Formats: sequence, C-alpha cells, structure tokens
Amino acid sequence: MAKRIEIESLSCFYGNFKAVEDVTLSVEPKSVTAFIGPSGCGKSTVLRALNRMHEVTPGAHVTGRVLLDQDDIYGPGVDPVQVRRTIGMVFQRPNPFPTMSVLDNVVAGLRLNGMKKKSTLAEVAERSLRGAGLWDEVKDRLHRPGAGLSGGQQQRVCIARAIAVQPQVLLMDEPCSALDPISTLAIEDLIAQLRDQYTIVIVTHNMQQASRVSERTGFFNISGVGQPGKLIEMDSTHKIFSNPTEKRTEDYVTGRFG
Amino acid sequence: MSTATALPPPSTLVGRKLPRWTPAALVAGALAIAGVLAVLGPADSIEGFVLWTGSLFLIGQTVASFAVEGGRHARDRLVTSLIYTSFVITVIPLVSVLILTIKNGMARFDSSFFSSSLRNIAATNAGGGAYHALVGTIEQVLIATAFAVPVGIFVAIYLVEFGTGRFARTVSTFVDVMTGLPSIVAGLFILSFWILALGQGYSGFAGALALAILMLPIVVRSTEEMLRLVPDALREASYALGVPRWKTIVRIVIPTALPGIVTGVMLGVARVAGETAPVLLVTFGTNSINTDPFSGPQSSLPLFVYQQAGLPNQVAIDRAWTGALTLILFVMLLNLAARLVTYFWRARMGR
Repeated sequence: MAKRIEIESLSCFYGNFKAVEDVTLSVEPKSVTAFIGPSGCGKSTVLRALNRMHEVTPGAHVTGRVLLDQDDIYGPGVDPVQVRRTIGMVFQRPNPFPTMSVLDNVVAGLRLNGMKKKSTLAEVAERSLRGAGLWDEVKDRLHRPGAGLSGGQQQRVCIARAIAVQPQVLLMDEPCSALDPISTLAIEDLIAQLRDQYTIVIVTHNMQQASRVSERTGFFNISGVGQPGKLIEMDSTHKIFSNPTEKRTEDYVTGRFG
Repeated sequence: MSTATALPPPSTLVGRKLPRWTPAALVAGALAIAGVLAVLGPADSIEGFVLWTGSLFLIGQTVASFAVEGGRHARDRLVTSLIYTSFVITVIPLVSVLILTIKNGMARFDSSFFSSSLRNIAATNAGGGAYHALVGTIEQVLIATAFAVPVGIFVAIYLVEFGTGRFARTVSTFVDVMTGLPSIVAGLFILSFWILALGQGYSGFAGALALAILMLPIVVRSTEEMLRLVPDALREASYALGVPRWKTIVRIVIPTALPGIVTGVMLGVARVAGETAPVLLVTFGTNSINTDPFSGPQSSLPLFVYQQAGLPNQVAIDRAWTGALTLILFVMLLNLAARLVTYFWRARMGR
C-alpha cells in the first residue's frame, strides 16, 4: 500500500516570494527519505507541499508536479482533503487535540470522517497505539486527556493518530526537535519499524538522526537571504554523509558550513 | 589546620532590608498622626481620616524604604501599595451596591413577590409582585440569546476562519460600531422598523429583537477572541488527517474554544438583562401577567424597577429594590450555571 512520490520541478511560493525553486526528486516506497539543510532552506515547505498543507497558509501556492504513483496531487479537480487522507503528517510540536482523550485523539481521523462503530474504533486505536509503541504505556489511561502525557508520548500519540487512518505515505516535519534524547530514540525506533509498511519522508535538523533512520537523503540549501531554497544533492544516505558529490553538501555535513 | 572558625564574609548579594514589622509600625504611626489631625481639625471626617492615613503611610513607607533599601525597592513598595489601593477602590462600589441592594431588597423578598403581578395594585397599595416582570425578562433574554448567539458565533467563525480582504474588514468595523451603539438607539430602531414600519404591535418579542441587536457585537467579539486563541497547529493536525475544513471548525476549533465562548455569551446576557431603554420603547410594559412574548405588552425586571422606583411611595420603592435584587440574582444564577457548564466541560477534558 505504500506509494512512490515523484516531485517534478516543484517551486513553492508564499505570495510573490519564491521559497523553493525547481525541486525534482523521487521518494522510494517503503523506505525512509530524509531532507536536511540549514533553517529557511525550504525543506519543510517542500514536505508540506507533498500533502497540500502548504496552501493552508494564505497566499501560498506551488508550481510543478507531485506524482503519487501516477496521479498528480496538484492535478485539476484533485481534492486536497482526499490527498491528505492518503498522505499523513506528523508535526514538529506534538499537537494532540486538547479536548479529546488519548483514545479519541488516536481515532480522531476515523471518527471525524464518519466512522461510528465503537468496536472498530477500539480495534484501530489499539492497533495504532501498538504500532506507535505506546500501547503498554497508555492502555490504562486511554480515557484521560491526551494533553496530560509527556512530550514524547504526545508525539507518539500524534504518530498513532496519523497511522490510524492508514495513509500510504507518512510525512514527518522535525518530529523530534521538541523532544529529549530518550523520546527521540523511541521515535527513531518507531520509524525503523514503520518503514516496512509506509513511505516515510522526514525533515530533520539533526544530521545524526538522518544518517541513523534514512536510506536516502536530500540536502537543501539557500545561496542567501531572500533567495529561494534549492535541492543541492540527493543520494543514498551513506553517500551523502561519506562521499557527497557536491562541495556544499560536504561542507554542511562535516560542519564546515559557512 | 586552623582551629579558628571565622564567620563567613557577608554576602555581597544581600542588601539592607527593612524589618518585617515596618509596614505594621508605619500603619500604626499613620493612624496616630491622622488621629491627632482628626482632633485638631484637618482630618475631621471618616473620608479625611482614611485619606490622611493612606497618604501618610505611602509617604512614610517610601521614605523609609528609600533611606534603607534604596530607590528600586522604594519604588517597588510604592507601586505595590498603589496597585492594592486601586484594587480596593475598584471593589468598594461593587460590594456597596450589592450590600445596599440586599439590605433594601430584603423587605419584599417574599413568596408573593415571585407569585403575583401588579394587576389591580395601585401605586400606594402594599403587596403585589414582579412575577409578570420576571417572566418577561426570562422570555425576552432567552429569545434575544436564541437570535444573537448563533448569528454572533457564525459571524465570528467567518471573521476568524474565512474572512480576508475588504468585506471581512467592513464586517469587523460594523461590529465595532455596534459595540458602541447606545441601547436607546437599538430600541428606537426596532420601534421605527418593527412596530411603526411593519405595523407589528408592542410585544416582548420586539423587546427581544432590540436586546439581540445589543447582544450581537458582544458575542461576536468575545467568540472571535476565543477562536483566534485556538492554535493553528490543531487546525493543521486535523487537515493532515484528511478532515474537511467545516468539520475541523465544528469538531476541533469550537470545542477547544467553548469555555471562552460560553463566558462571552454570559457577558452578553448580563449586559442585556439589565437594559431598560429599548424594552421601555417597544414592549410598552404592563402590570399584568403576559406569558406570550409574541402578542401584547410585556414587562421586564428593569422596566419594573424603573417604574416602581419613580413612584412617590415607600411600598413601591421597596418593590423596586426587590426587583433590582431579583435582577442581580437572575444574572448571577445564569453566570453560575455557565461557569458550572464550563467547569464540567473542562473536567470532562481533564484540564
């Protein structure tokens, strides 16, 4: 059920400002692809463009094509809601719904889209929480508020919530940047398990994390303030971190960025 | 090894402090001086005595603190005292209104007040009650709420979730203008539009329409504030699950903001429940019980108070006080109910 993503000359705009220019890359199914690069280089923007969350910001739009297997998600008549049901997302800060319990948070996607059957919801909740490696920690407080969990647990609730709707692709926007190292490790273990079923794209500031969890890595950069971000190089993670083709990539991954 | 245990050097971080008993001593001193002044003349009244005591305390404390502790601590103590003083000054009128109303209102706070109307009760007669007015107020406020709350919440949703550009700014400006609308103007509008132009009769419903106009901007503004406080992260989390926008608003945004919205609605209710002018113009008022808000004149509590307080007669004035007390209790009960709803809502969410 995991799908391949082909990005073809994608440019992203905020109003008239071009934030990302001419990105072409492909994301393999059932693998983890990491986007790295300095702040403001457009990697999160590209990620958000992959499930049409970019356009939620007023004035934001894109040009180019994003193919999910064969279908262009920016094609005419494509419903962004349908795209987002296929391509799930986990955000930088854990954002469980504060009015809902742990259980309700996990099944929110199903319930808000019309699923009412209690037994199915309970089943999906357990499967998703087990999938997110959280079941044993929260099974006794499923009906307590989601906001009462620790930051790392909240983030895993958000991951469980995202996989509960069984997306084809999972996008993760710096999912560990607000978490401590222990919680980060739990999330990384989780990503390692999820890669068997999902196509995962992760944006991270942490290069060690990219090298630990991903098979392929794309390096983004900007040439200066006000310039659009560009994809500099995309290759296997091993190659990017050991022997990159581009000098700029090497400078960045070895810490000689300047 | 040295056997002499030298005292640790005094910390450079510890400054000189006034002893703890200083404020009490200063209050005692200020009281004593004000007492002397009261005997001598200048502070020869309760107000004067309080003012002199307060001022002397403020000056004494600031001077003492400045001399011992330095300028920053002196300013800190001065401003702290001023803030407490402001708090007390703010609370005095509220408490005194409550005490006065309860004291004067208890005279007629009996069962017949809540079970009978003023039918066949002349201005000089004792007895009678405000049942007709209470019924009128409840019906008019409920109808006004039924109009103003849905419309107000929808307008707020439009402004926060959808409104961009000139139309939204225009709507927002009009809401601001409505906030400042004098209540008598709302009454005059309903009088000229509903009663004179459309030829409808005086009724509680007409009063409710005028009250709804007054309530609307309060509901819009408070709901708008609350919706804006809902983090965008929650909206995005919902969108990312493939939830359509309208469902995100109905199931995520509004429940998150609900306690604040309820508070805003209660503010609106409290505001209109005490309105006299618009009701006076369009419900006409009556001394009889009229439970039908759609036909015939109806009374309301503010109207009852206004009319009874104008009569040159102690029994009528007593009725007015009890009417005022009833109005305060009505608003307080509604407020309490809303707080309870909010409390249990939050408890259910475990916050």
